Formats: sequence, structure tokens, C-alpha cells
Amino acid sequence: MSRAALLVLADGRFPAGGHAHSGGAEPAVAAGRIKDAHSLEDFCRGRLHTAGLVAAALAAATAAGRDPVAVDEAADARTPVLALRITARKLGRQMMRAARATWPSAELDALAAARPQGAHQPVVLGLAARSAGLTPLDAGYAAAYEAVSGPATAAVRLLSLDPFDATAVLARLAPDLDQTATAAAATAARISDEGFDALPAASAPLLDITAQQHATWPVRLFAS
Amino acid sequence: MHRDHDEAFPERRTYSAADPVRRDGRRRALRIGLGGPVGTGKTATVAALCRALRDELSIAVVTNDIYTREDAEFLLREAVLPAERIAAVETGACPHTAIRDDISANLGAVEDLEETAGPLDLVLVESGGDNLTATFSKGLVDAQIFVIDVAGGDDIPRKGGPGVTTADLLVINKTDLAPYVGSDLEAMARDAKAQRGHLPVAFTSLTTDDGIKPVTDWIRERLTDWSAGPA
Ligand SMILES: Nc1nc2c(ncn2[C@@H]2O[C@H](COP(=O)(O)OP(=O)(O)O)[C@@H](O)[C@H]2O)c(=O)[nH]1
Ligand SMILES: [Mg+2]
Repeated sequence: MSRAALLVLADGRFPAGGHAHSGGAEPAVAAGRIKDAHSLEDFCRGRLHTAGLVAAALAAATAAGRDPVAVDEAADARTPVLALRITARKLGRQMMRAARATWPSAELDALAAARPQGAHQPVVLGLAARSAGLTPLDAGYAAAYEAVSGPATAAVRLLSLDPFDATAVLARLAPDLDQTATAAAATAARISDEGFDALPAASAPLLDITAQQHATWPVRLFAS
Repeated sequence: MHRDHDEAFPERRTYSAADPVRRDGRRRALRIGLGGPVGTGKTATVAALCRALRDELSIAVVTNDIYTREDAEFLLREAVLPAERIAAVETGACPHTAIRDDISANLGAVEDLEETAGPLDLVLVESGGDNLTATFSKGLVDAQIFVIDVAGGDDIPRKGGPGVTTADLLVINKTDLAPYVGSDLEAMARDAKAQRGHLPVAFTSLTTDDGIKPVTDWIRERLTDWSAGPA
């Protein structure tokens, strides 16, 4: 299949619900931790090397052909906060709908049947990549990029940040994205020897805590 | 003519509006979208429709708010439907994206309502007040209503835009206010006709008894056509 499928999958306009989520940027903006392009870059780098790395590894493992239901359990174990588990499954279900329409496969059907309320989004993303004929590394790239492009787009809306500055932040993160995707693919390759413990479990406690708080806000622009 | 075999391509079932049948093979609920600028009376229209039709039809509502759950909460407070028949979709400040460009959250909400409150006859999907260009994807709804009001200026029909020009029904609401805001209803009707050709226009005042009637009549016609379609 075509490598260009990665462009389709990683496009911010891929209709899988991401536009309604800020990846933790909304509470960070409210707390004054993101206030300009510089602090946005710090936030994104931190998210990339924690939640982003875990998501990329889960996506790469699924794309490598690991049992998606088992990877989904590994994802659950790595998501200690209820609000984020709910978000991951909601987005996973939306990704599943888009993936089945764009790259139909028996494997996607099987996961949809096993997890009707949604598997964790990075798992579905990895399986979508696999169905599109992409590699585990590609899946790692898509998940890693999403981990930073979501907050960057949200910050543009939340702060009226200059969109050129926000895009320049993403460009400056390119080497970190390379590193994250490569590390993700490497850990996925070690699962056959080491089991799912090979997958990273990096966490960002502040992202976890503020996500749970954000879920109770009565007025907010983003769903998470 | 080639017809795809269900077994060979089961993955093609994505349950969007393109697909008129349910998983169990029965015809699914008719889905009507309601869009239009903020404050024109979309939620009031949804509430009035629910009150007028809930005894004869199984109805559910999806709201798409901009940054709150106001619309869903208003409908709950007014008790126009039981809570399990109302779902709120969060839109990341962009309701037009959620109803047109990326409809996945709305389709999920409709599916959930079918599951918990179904089988349904009618699903009303309200878009958070947006602008004159917001329209619903055909993948989400079967027909759409665009709601404007006389207080927003009687030149809105003349200005046109995708909502005013292409919606299956244009509702011009709050006619009771026309004398107070100096809106010329006849000019609005004339301009709407010029923009819309044969597409229907309904003038409503929801503060009067049964003021929703032109819209319920139109929905009944849509339902008749819908249930007459191929199962
Ligand atoms: N006078 C008058 N007020 C109305 C009418 N329909 C709705 N309203 C009021 O207009 C306001 C906005 O209505 P709402 O349904 O929330 O608008 P939405 O933003 O389009 O959903 C509310 O205060 C309604 O009570 C009408 O026909 N006449
Ligand atoms: Mg409303």
C-alpha cells in the first residue's frame, strides 16, 4: 500500500473527533501555564515525551500485529485517571468509525465487535495504520504528532495565539517527534521477547490531575 | 447492475445517514438538523416540537453547544423529554465542524440514543448558534431546518448564504416581535422566495399557542416520505 496514507491518517482534518479535544491545553491555559508560543512549546514537549510516547508505543505495537485487545488492556493499565480513560475510549470509537469507512479491514471489524464502546484511541489508530498498509513506525509518528498538534491547535483557539507561531512550535518539535516515533517502534519490536512490559509507562501527573478536574468544569470550550 | 453483498463487505456499514436501515434491518429514525444564528429560537423550536410530537412519536435530541451544556440543560429543565433521550455533544468551540466536517461525535451520540432509548422515530440534532454559513452534513441528517428570526434584521433572507438558501425548511421565527422591531414580514417572504425558489418557508411565533404548527406539519410530511422509502 501507499506511504501517502500516513498523510491522510495524520491530517488534522481526519474526521475522528480530535477537533473537540485540547489534550490538556485548556486547563493549562486557564492556570496560566500556557500563555504564549514559548510556554506552548514547553507544554507540548512535556506531553510528547510522556503521554505522547505511551500513545505512540501503543499505536506501534498494534500496527505491528500485536493482539489489539491485549494492547488495549496495556493502555488501560497505563491510564490511571478515569476522565482520560473515558476520553481515550470515546475518541477510539470515533477513530474506529472513520477508519472502518476509510480503510476497511476484518481486523478493525473484530476490534469494534470486541470493544463496542471503544478501544483506547492509540490502539485504534495503530490498527487503522495497519489496515492502511502502514508500518509500526508510521503509526508511532501519527500518534506522536497528534499528541502535540491537538494542544497547539487548541491554544490557537483558546489564546488567540498567532497560528504561524503555533505551527512554528510544531516544526521545532520535529526532532523530538522523530525520536519519540523511533523509540515507540523499537519498544513495540521488543514485545515478542519481553511481553507488554516492554511498552513505556511514562506519566505526566499534572496532565492527569488537571484532566480529571477539567472533566467537572461546567463551562469549557473543549471536551478534554 | 451490481449490488454489494452484505457479507463480503460488512465493514462498509458505518451507520451514517447514508445508511437508512438499522443493524437489525429495520428502518432507522429520521434525523432532522436545526441550525441558525444564536438566539433565533432553535432550542425553543426543539422544545415545542418535542411537546407537540412526543405522544405519537419516539423522539430523541442531540445538542451541539459551543462551550456549555445550556441547550441540553434547558431541555432537561423544561422536561420536554426524559433525560435518557437527550445527549449533549461537545464541539471544541466549533459546532459547524461537529455537524459538517467531522460528524463522528454526533453519529456516536445518535447511536447511543438508539441503543438506550430506541427504537426511535425521530432524532432532532441542534447545532449551537453559529453563523449563516453553517450547514449539516448529509452523512449526519436526512433534512435540515434553518432558523432565523425577525429581530435579527429583515434583510437576512436577502443576504442569503448556504443556510438560508439551501435548508430543506427555512423557519422565520418570532413574528410576534415584528411590529416592535420594524421588520417587514412580506419583504422577508419575498426575499426568501427569491433565494430559495420552491423550497418551503415557515413563519412562526413560539409565544402563541400551537405556534410551532407549520414546523410539525412539515416534519409529519418528512416522516411520511421517510417511512415510505425502501426499507
Ligand atoms: N418573542 C419570542 N421569543 C422567542 C420566540 N422563540 C424563542 N424566543 C426566545 O428567544 C430566546 C432564544 O431562544 P433559543 O431557543 O434559546 O435560541 P437558540 O440560541 O436559537 O437555541 C429565548 O429567550 C426564547 O424564549 C418567539 O417566537 N417569540
Ligand atoms: Mg440553542
